[in-house]
Parts: sequence; C-alpha cells; structure tokens
Amino acid sequence: MAIEFKPSPSLPPPVNSVGAVAWVRQNLLSSPLNVFLTLFSVYVMYLLIPPVVEWGFVNATFTGASKAECTAGGACWAFVGVYFKQFMYGLYPSEETWRINLALIALVILIGVFAVKTVNKLYLSLVIILVYPVVAYFLFAGGVFGLEVVETSLWGGLFLTTLLGVVGIVASLPLGVLLALGRQSNMPIAKSVCIVFIETIRAVPLITILFMASVMIPLFLPEGMNFNKLLRVLIGITLFSAAYMAEVIRGGLQAIPKGQYEAADAMGLTYWQSMILVILPQALKLVIPGIVNTFIGLFKDTTLVYIVGMFDLLGRIQAATHDSSWLGTTIEGYAFAGFVYWAACFGMSRYSMRIERKLETGHKRN
Amino acid sequence: MSEKTTSSNKSFLNDAANRALIFQIVLLAVVVFVGYYLFSNLQANLSDQGISTGFAFLNQPAGFPVLLHLIDYTEADTYGRAFVVALINTVVISLMGIVLATIIGVIMGLARLSNNWLVARLATVYVETLRNIPLLLQMFFWYFAVLATLPIPKNSIIFGDFFLNKRGIYSPNPITQDGFSVVIAGFILSLVASIALIVWAKKRQTRTGLWFPAYWSSLGIIVVITFLALAVAGFPIEFDLPQKSRFNVTGGMVLPPEFVAVLVALSTYTGAFIAEIVRAGILSVNWGQTEAARSLGLKDSLTQRLIVLPQALRVIIPPLTSQFLNLAKNSSLGAAIAYPELVAVVMGTTLNQTGQAIENIGLCMLVYGTLSLTISVFMNWYNKKMSLTER
Repeated sequence: MAIEFKPSPSLPPPVNSVGAVAWVRQNLLSSPLNVFLTLFSVYVMYLLIPPVVEWGFVNATFTGASKAECTAGGACWAFVGVYFKQFMYGLYPSEETWRINLALIALVILIGVFAVKTVNKLYLSLVIILVYPVVAYFLFAGGVFGLEVVETSLWGGLFLTTLLGVVGIVASLPLGVLLALGRQSNMPIAKSVCIVFIETIRAVPLITILFMASVMIPLFLPEGMNFNKLLRVLIGITLFSAAYMAEVIRGGLQAIPKGQYEAADAMGLTYWQSMILVILPQALKLVIPGIVNTFIGLFKDTTLVYIVGMFDLLGRIQAATHDSSWLGTTIEGYAFAGFVYWAACFGMSRYSMRIERKLETGHKRN
Repeated sequence: MSEKTTSSNKSFLNDAANRALIFQIVLLAVVVFVGYYLFSNLQANLSDQGISTGFAFLNQPAGFPVLLHLIDYTEADTYGRAFVVALINTVVISLMGIVLATIIGVIMGLARLSNNWLVARLATVYVETLRNIPLLLQMFFWYFAVLATLPIPKNSIIFGDFFLNKRGIYSPNPITQDGFSVVIAGFILSLVASIALIVWAKKRQTRTGLWFPAYWSSLGIIVVITFLALAVAGFPIEFDLPQKSRFNVTGGMVLPPEFVAVLVALSTYTGAFIAEIVRAGILSVNWGQTEAARSLGLKDSLTQRLIVLPQALRVIIPPLTSQFLNLAKNSSLGAAIAYPELVAVVMGTTLNQTGQAIENIGLCMLVYGTLSLTISVFMNWYNKKMSLTER
C-alpha cells in the first residue's frame, strides 16, 4: 500500500514578521539603541506637538478687531486677518490692488498657456519676457490710460517680495550666462574682468551690496541724476544673484563633454552659434535644479531689503507688531510669514525635482 | 589698391584671434571709461557735499557705546577701535556658529539616515522646515518672540548658578588667579606628549601592524596632566558667580540676547544645510565598500572610520566650505537685531556719524573678502589633504 504524500497546509508567517507588528519591530525597536531613540523621539514630539496645536488651533482666536478680543489664551490669528491686506500688498491703495491681482492672473495664464504643447513657444517666450514686464510695470506704477499713479514707496508686502525675487532672477539669468561664458573663454582680459566681478560679489554679504545700492549709487551718479530706491535695490539684487547664477551655469558648461564643443566647431559654427545652438541648451538643462536653488535662496534673501528700509512681507509684519492695539502678537506674525515663505520655497524645491526628472532624457552615463 | 584693402580688412576680421583682440580692447576701454566716469562723479559729489576722503576719521573718538566688546572699549575710544571690536564680534560669532552648525549638521545628517523611522522623519522635518524659512525671519523669531518674552531680571529663571532673563544669560565667570600659568604649562605639555604618542603609534603600526589606542590614551594624558597641574597650583580659578539683587542680576558672565539669537539662528539654519550635505556625502559611498570592509572582518565602527568616512569627506568638504562661507557672510544679518558686528557698527553707526560711505563700505567689503578668502584657503588645504591620491 503506497503511502500517499500529503503536504500539510503551509502555516501563515509568524505574526511578528509581517504587517504592522513587523514594521514596528524593524523600524522602531530593532535594537536597544533604537528603542531608546524611539522613546526619545516620542518624548520630543510630546514636548512640541500638543502645546503648538493647543496654542495654534484649540485655544486660538480667529476673528476680532484688537488684541483685547483674543481672550482664549492661544494664538491671535485675528491679527493676521486684520493686517492681511497690508501683508499682501503693503501700503498699495486698496482700491487699486486689482492691478496687482490682474498682473498675477495674467502671468499665471501665460505660463499655463506655455504648458500647452501646440503653442509656438518662441513667440510666447518673447511675450512673457519682453511685453509682459512692460505691461506689468505700467499696471503697478500707473500714470497711463487714466490709471492712478502709485509711488514705489507704497509697494510692499508679499507683492514686493515676489517682485524683487522674480525680477532679480529673470534679469540675472542672461547676465549670469554672459559672465559664465566670459569666465570660460580664453580671452584673458574678458576672463579676468568676469572673475573679478564674480568673486568680489560672492565674497561679500548681500547686506553690503544693498547698502551700496542704497547709499553709494547716488554718490556715483552725476549731479541731478537719481533714480528711486526700488530700482537701486533691484540693481543690487540683480548683480548679486548674477554672480551666483554665473557659477551655477559654469558648472553646467563644464559638465558638457568636450566632444560637443569640438563637434560644434567641426560643423563650422561660429562661437555664438555653437553656444546658442549646441552648448547652452544642454548646459542650462543640466543646471535647472541649481537655478531653482538660486531662486529659492534669492527669494529668502529678499527679506534683507527690510534692513535698508523697504517693507516687504517680513518688514510689514515687523511694522504691524508695533501697532499698540496688537502688542504681543509677534509670534503669530512670524508664524504666518514663516508659513508663507516655507510653502513657497518648499513648493519650488519639489517642483524643481519634478522638472529634473521630466527633463531627464536618458543620456546620463552611469 | 582699394580692393586689396577691403580684402585684407576682411581677412583681418575673419581671424578669430584678431576679433578676440578687438573685443577685449573695447571691453577694457569700456570698463576703464565707466570706472573713470563713476570715479569723477564721486569726486564731484563728495566735494559738493564737503566730505573729505580718507581714513583719518578712524582716529577720531567714536562716542557711541558697543553692547558687546571682548577687548576694552569705551565711548571715548576711536572709530578705529570700534571697528576692531566689531571685527572681533564678527569673527567670534562666525567661528562659534561654524562649530555649532557642524555639530548640528552631522547629528541631523546621520539622523536622516537612521534606520529608526521616527528619528529619520523628525530629522527630515527639521531640515525641510529650517532651510525653507528665511534666516532673517528666524533671527527675528529668536530675538523678538523667544528671548524678548523672557522674564525681567527680578523674576529670572534660575538653573543653579545660571540666570536667564530679558537681559541675557548669566553664567559663572572663571577668573584665573596667580599660578594659572602652571596649569597652562601643564596643558601644553600634555598636548605635546599626546601628539608625540599619536605619531609614535602611527609609526609603529606602519612598521609592525600592531595597533595602539592612541586617541583614547592621549585624551587620558591630557585630562590627567591638566588635573595634576591644577592640583599642584592649588586650583587657581575662582568663579565670579552672578548674584541676584532685588531688581537686577550682577556679576558673572553675560551673554546678551542679541548674541544668543544670532548664534542660535545661524547655527540651526546652517546646520540644516550641512545635514543635507552630510547625508548626500555618506550616501555617495558605494554600498559595496561597506560590504567589502565587512568581508575583511572590520567591525562596524572601524568600517565607518576607515572606509566610509574618508570617502564621504571628499564629497562633503567642497559644499561644506561654501556653507561655512555663507555662515560667515550671514553673520552680517545680526545688524538687523543690533548685534554689534561689522555691518551694524561700521556701515550703520560709523557711517551715519561720519558720512564716510565709500571708506566704511569699502572697509566692510575688504574684511568680508579677507574672511571668505581665509576660510576657503583653509578648506582647500583640508580638501587637498583628504582628496584621493591617484597613481
């Protein structure tokens, strides 16, 4: 009689090697040190999270007209609510703020159209780079088509922050490309001029540049010629970020294999043709993350204009916390500013990671 | 004849070298001209405003107090001395910031790589929060929102001999007595002895392969000898303890809140960037290296110290250098909360009082340039020392 082989049904895996239990054992409790670290982290979270939640949400007051109405003992978000308009637009007259909104919406639409595949990108780029800034400038400053004139000293808040950041980066990009090309060129004089410029600017803090822009530029101009502080600060910021941009782009230029340069020369392309058609498109694509990082850095650095007496988002908040009916709302103001800056910078860094993956064309040598 | 000239003109311009020459001459001319133009405007403006150029003002009495001075300084001292005080303040806060930021960065970088899920998440939150918020805002936060809400001196928070209040952190101030030179001599002696020990241990290891715990032993030597020297000299240190009187705290060493705010903000902010650099550096070392080290029988600590770390450092050092430079430059933001560093004293008060814009801003730029150059020269030397020697 043959014995029939009957495998017994397979047992389920041990409870502590699958599922949540296994995960906890592996990731939180795998060794005595790990147990200690886990307990320590839980303790840190216990110290931080409940008080913050209690202060910011549970006991917070969201509406009200003065600090006296915030009686719950938590955060007084009413402060942010009352000053919201100032934080966004500075002292821009409130019946004119539609002009800022309009310009912003137009920019969003233009960039949205850019993402549509069938549009002629060359013309659209020209519109964005050449036409849009002019239109936006007249919208902001007024003085044409019956728009009321708004002095630049009234511009402020997040609007000013964004303006400084965007203008700074857009204007510094072409300048940075020229400086990077100059630094890489084999013309000794051009090269040394570029190196001196880049290294001088990179060696000093932005504050000194801003002080220079606000104090020294007037001294260097002929009698009677003067332009306003916003423009001076913009020039300072642009020169500053151009130096950093140049170094980022130089990284890209150096990463292009020599064969590309030689191939372009062998095709009989002139210097500018080979740069514009062959080298720069590849180099710029390589350094998109670097450019975005420069932009994030610049966006954060725009807060420094407060030191030379301009009221960007942080400056407006700093001014508002001195309001006598809102004394003691400093933390709320900083929390709001911190959230705005954090959201913008974090969003941009994630976006740049996405672009990086999207533009990855598989030429990378591994 | 005319035909010949045109053709020679053409060939002259067709030569890239000639074009480069012409372009550079034009560029140089433009730079020189613009420089001359700006300079002549400057001279005209300065003579119009009746400002005399030159650094003579540095010898005039400054007449303003400086909150924190590590060398003697009074209002009667000169602008030159105020400048030196500010320079010391900038250097001190930069160096302390660099040390603290490196410690924070290494800890957070390692924590992000931890196989403890919770620790890694917390470190990620730390890094992503701090590096996406402007430094100036963080400084304001520490200064106006945290340190300004501390109690008044009367109600100081007390930890033993440490007092914490609105005016700063008060701690015992060590004052050296006669005979302290014996301690210093002992310390230097122990330092020399331990260096000799390390050199000897290294030589012996190369010769015989025998290993000697040189670092731990030298630590022991330093501690023991310094302590013996202290005992021999009869502990020549006295502590000036902060005393709480009715409305104030007197004595002791005071760290003003401006200093604390700048230091905390600088080191936590830069620490977040350094954490990312450390993480990237360690991740860049191929896992095969670790496996190879293990298969050679090296234990984990030796694997890290001899295999992973030296290779990671090559990736870490260059970006670390630029973070150090950033930190030194960012210390200038202390001006915004009145920490008396270079920008606040020289480009703020001195410039306002004397009106010597060019000299003061130039002086500042020169100092920052020198500081940046010093740090980068040092780090380049270190980088060279650590870099791969290829055969």
